[in-house]
Amino acid sequence: MGLRVTTSRRIGMTVLAWAIGLLIFFPILWTFLTAFKSEQDAYAIPPKFLFFHWTTENFGEVQARSDYLLHAFNSIVLSIGANLVGLAISVPAAWAMAFAPTKRTKDLLMWMLSTKMMPGAGVFMAIYFLFLRFHLLDSRWGIGFLLMMVNLPIVIWMLYTYFKEIPVDILEAARMDGASLTNEIIYVLTPMAIPGIASTLLLSVILSWNEAFWTLNLTTFNAAPLTYLIAQFSSPEGTFWAKLSAASTLAIAPILVLGWFSQKQLVRGLTFGAVK
Amino acid sequence: MATQQTKVAGRLLVAPSVILLFLWMIVPLVMTLYFSTLRYNLLDADNVSFVGLQNYTYFLSDPSFLGALVNTLVLVVWSLVISVAGGILVAILMDQPIFGQNWVRLMVIAPFFVMPTVSALVWKNMLMNPVSGLFAWIAHSLGLPAIDWFTDYPMTAVVLIVSWQWLPFASLIILTALQSLDEEQKEASALDGAGPISYFFYIVLPHIARAITVVVLIETIFLLNVFAEIRVTTNGGPATSNIPFRIFELATNDNDVGGAAAGGVVAVILANIVAFFLVRMIGKNLEA
Repeated sequence: MGLRVTTSRRIGMTVLAWAIGLLIFFPILWTFLTAFKSEQDAYAIPPKFLFFHWTTENFGEVQARSDYLLHAFNSIVLSIGANLVGLAISVPAAWAMAFAPTKRTKDLLMWMLSTKMMPGAGVFMAIYFLFLRFHLLDSRWGIGFLLMMVNLPIVIWMLYTYFKEIPVDILEAARMDGASLTNEIIYVLTPMAIPGIASTLLLSVILSWNEAFWTLNLTTFNAAPLTYLIAQFSSPEGTFWAKLSAASTLAIAPILVLGWFSQKQLVRGLTFGAVK
Repeated sequence: MATQQTKVAGRLLVAPSVILLFLWMIVPLVMTLYFSTLRYNLLDADNVSFVGLQNYTYFLSDPSFLGALVNTLVLVVWSLVISVAGGILVAILMDQPIFGQNWVRLMVIAPFFVMPTVSALVWKNMLMNPVSGLFAWIAHSLGLPAIDWFTDYPMTAVVLIVSWQWLPFASLIILTALQSLDEEQKEASALDGAGPISYFFYIVLPHIARAITVVVLIETIFLLNVFAEIRVTTNGGPATSNIPFRIFELATNDNDVGGAAAGGVVAVILANIVAFFLVRMIGKNLEA
C-alpha cells in the first residue's frame, strides 16, 4: 500500500517537474527550432513546431551578412585569452593567501571582492576616455584586459576556496620525506590544485563569453564578440527571426554545453563558497 | 607558523593582483569624481570649466533621475521576488524523488548560460511580438486579446526576461541548500506529524534562509547593473531606463561627460550600500 502511494506520487512529481523544466527551457528550444526554419515558417500562425521544411540556409546567411566567424573568433580568443592571463596572475595570489595566510589575508580578500561591486556604468566615461587616449577602442587587447579585470576578483576567490581545501598535512608529510619546495609544488600540490583551476577557468570563460556591457560599448566591429553580433538584430530590416535564431544558436550552444559541465562549480563559484 | 621567508614570498605572489585591482578601482574612480565636478560637454569640448557640485544637483533633481531610480527599484525588486519565489518552488520540486532528475536540472539551469542579448531579443520578438509571437498565439487560442508587451507594458516585459535569466541561479543554489537538509530531521518531523506547510515553514525555510540571503545579495549586484536587455529591446526611454542606462544616455545622447560622471558616482554609492552587506555576510562565513 505504502509503496503504491509512493510510486504514484513519484510519477505525479516527475510529470510536474518535467513540465516546469520544459517550460523554463522552452525559449531556448524554440530558438534552436526556429534556426532551421525559413523566415516564412518562422512567422507562421499557428506556429509550426516540428513539421516545417527544415533548412540550414540561415546559418550561411548569418555568416555572409554579418561575418559570424570573425565575431565567434573574437569571443573564443577574448574569453579564453583573458582568463588564462587572469589565472597566471591570480593563481600565485590565491596560492599564497591559502597556504601562507597572514593577519591581513581576510581583509585583503574582502577588499578584492568589493572591487567587483563597482558598477560598470558608473565608471563608463572614465574607461571610455582611457581607451580613447591609449587607442584601445575596438581592440582585442583593450577589451580582453577589461574582461580579465572584471573577472579577477571572482577568479581569485574561487581559486582561494579550492586551494583552502587542499590538506596542508600532506605538505608536512612530503617535507618529512625530504621533498624540496620545488618538488613539493610540482608533485604534491599541482595535481591536487588542477581540478579547482580547471573549474575556475570554465566558469570565468562562461562569464566573459556572456559579458554584455563593455563588449557592447567599447567594440565597434573588429574586436567585437558575439554579444555584439546578436545586438545588431535589435534594429533589423524585413523578416529576421530565423536568422536571429540561427545566430543565437551558434552563439549559445557551445557555452550551454560548457555550462552544463560546470553547474556544480557554479554554485560555489558564484556564491564565493558561502553555499556548498 | 609562517616564516619570515614565506611571508616575503607570499607578498610577492599577491602583489600583482593587488596592484592591478587597486589601479582598476582607483584610476577610474578618481577620474569619475574629477569629471563629475566639471561642466564638460563633448560637443563643446574646448569649453570645460569647474562647476563644483552642480552636476550632482542637476542629476539628482532631474525628473528622469527619479524615474530611473524608480525603474531600477522596480526591476531589482520584482526580478528578485519572481526569481527567488519561483526558485524555491522549482528547487523543492527538483528535490523530490523524480525520474530523470538530471535532465530536469539541465533544462532548468540552461537560461543562465544564454547571453543577455540573445535572451532579450528572442523574448521580445519570437515570444512577445503582438502579431506573430507565440504568446499572442496562445492568447488568441484561449480567446483572449494579445498583449502588445513592449508598447503597453515595457517594464513588465523587461522584468519577465530578467527573471527568466535569474530563476536558474536561484533554483540551483536553493536546491544545493535543500540537499544538505538532514534526512533524520525530515524523518523526525514526519514522525511528529508535521504537515507539509508547517514542515516547510519550520524546517525547510530556516535551513535555506542563508542560501536565499546569498541569492538575494548576489542577484541584487547584477540586477542593479542590467544594461544589455534594455539596450536591445527598448533602447531606454522613460519607461525602462534604469540608473546605468540613464548614465549611458547622458554620455552618448547628451554628450554630457560631467552629468554622466555625477550619475556614475551615485551608482557607485548605491552599489556600495549593497556590497557592504554582502561582504559582511561572506566575511562571517569565512570565519566559520
